[in-house]
Amino acid sequence: MRTVNAKEVVDPLADMIKNASYRLGGDMLEAFDLALRKESSEAGKEVIRQLQENARIAREECVPYCQDTGFAVIFAEMGQDLHVEGNLTDAINEGVRKAYTEGYLRKSILNDPIQRKNTGDNTPSVIHYSIVPGDKLKLSFGAKGGGSENMSKQAMLKPADGLEGVKKFVVETVSTGAVNACPPLVVGVGIGGTFEMSCILSKKAAMRSPGSSNPDPFYADLEKELAESCNKLGVGPMGLGGNVTVLGVNIETYPCHLVALPVAVNINCHADRHGEIVL
Amino acid sequence: MAEYKLTTPLVDEDVDKLRIGDRVMLSGVIYTARDAAHKRMVEGLDKGTPLPFDIKGTLVYYVGPSPTKPGNVIGSAGPTTAYRMDPFAPRLMEIGMKGMIAKGKRSDEVKAAMQKHKVVYLGATGGAAALIAKCIKKCDIIAYEDLGPEAVRRLEVEDMPLIVVSDCHGGDLYVEGRAQYEVK
Repeated sequence: MRTVNAKEVVDPLADMIKNASYRLGGDMLEAFDLALRKESSEAGKEVIRQLQENARIAREECVPYCQDTGFAVIFAEMGQDLHVEGNLTDAINEGVRKAYTEGYLRKSILNDPIQRKNTGDNTPSVIHYSIVPGDKLKLSFGAKGGGSENMSKQAMLKPADGLEGVKKFVVETVSTGAVNACPPLVVGVGIGGTFEMSCILSKKAAMRSPGSSNPDPFYADLEKELAESCNKLGVGPMGLGGNVTVLGVNIETYPCHLVALPVAVNINCHADRHGEIVL
Repeated sequence: MAEYKLTTPLVDEDVDKLRIGDRVMLSGVIYTARDAAHKRMVEGLDKGTPLPFDIKGTLVYYVGPSPTKPGNVIGSAGPTTAYRMDPFAPRLMEIGMKGMIAKGKRSDEVKAAMQKHKVVYLGATGGAAALIAKCIKKCDIIAYEDLGPEAVRRLEVEDMPLIVVSDCHGGDLYVEGRAQYEVK
């Protein structure tokens, strides 16, 4: 049994969050390069060039790539042979607080959905814990912007709707929501599990790199097919018309009940800021 | 598609010539307001309280910037999604606002009011927040400081890169641009 103190996560987590907010990952920059080659509309190309220039300025000047520095979403994978001394949830929130306060990141979190008072430090974060083999602690972070999150959807399809029903739901969600969600998008799709599990899967999928593939060849092919279908919609970069509406569609799945076919679509904008630390 | 350099305040003739897809490099004074500020401004107008700034000929930018780093004019400052301001925008057009800067679709009511009052809706690139901040040369909070990122700011901008998304003739680039590239 390995032991770590919860406080050990604070500084590395804060540094990673600041870094992710200022420096868009190499995976996203590669996706922009590909998008620029593929896009045929002049307005669309101009948008992609602005995004590249924006990424350069943010990186060089250590300022946020986007002013909406998001809800801090964290997937915490905890090795079952690791013992954490102290309160891990508090430590994670302390890391978030430190990053958003010291890093000049925007505080966008309200204390209550109805009473709506800003908590002032972007906490609490949304944390999804899971227990995994080993003695390490892995924290995967995503800065989830509010505008694109608002365009996300979930449906409990009928089993008879099948694969075609899933494809239709994904493409329709992108078709109606893309223009308000800062395209080109990274689309996370969760299929299966229960109602809430499909949503968590879609979030995991949205945090994967747009160039990555599901390890199952069936779903890897479906990811490509759905990306092509979305790009035929014509929405284009920032909705100005064009053939790059999505940078990628990522799918995560789980077994499901015999009467159910849950599917969730979590929309992420081009500011797909993510990172991870391992303790 | 034409390219225009415009300086605020705008008059009807400036807005009238703009068509969807035109590029605009905007300079001059604009004001920021988003959800909570719009609600407060329009509720104030209904009670007879004047706006905290002179809206005639000006443009309102829907933005909630990130905090300003020491030495900078403003934090990252990209546009927010516009539809949440749709219920308030026509009221501001009635009293002289000439343009809105944001991203995302507008309602039919907003587009109709734009035609009636000769108002333009200019799109800024969502998320290009560090780039846009470079065009902002001066920033002062002038009202509703308690709203934090949503406080009303007076901005002086220079060559802010924008595109005409909805013009005062009923054109909507989100509809027409998409139709041009959609593969059925």
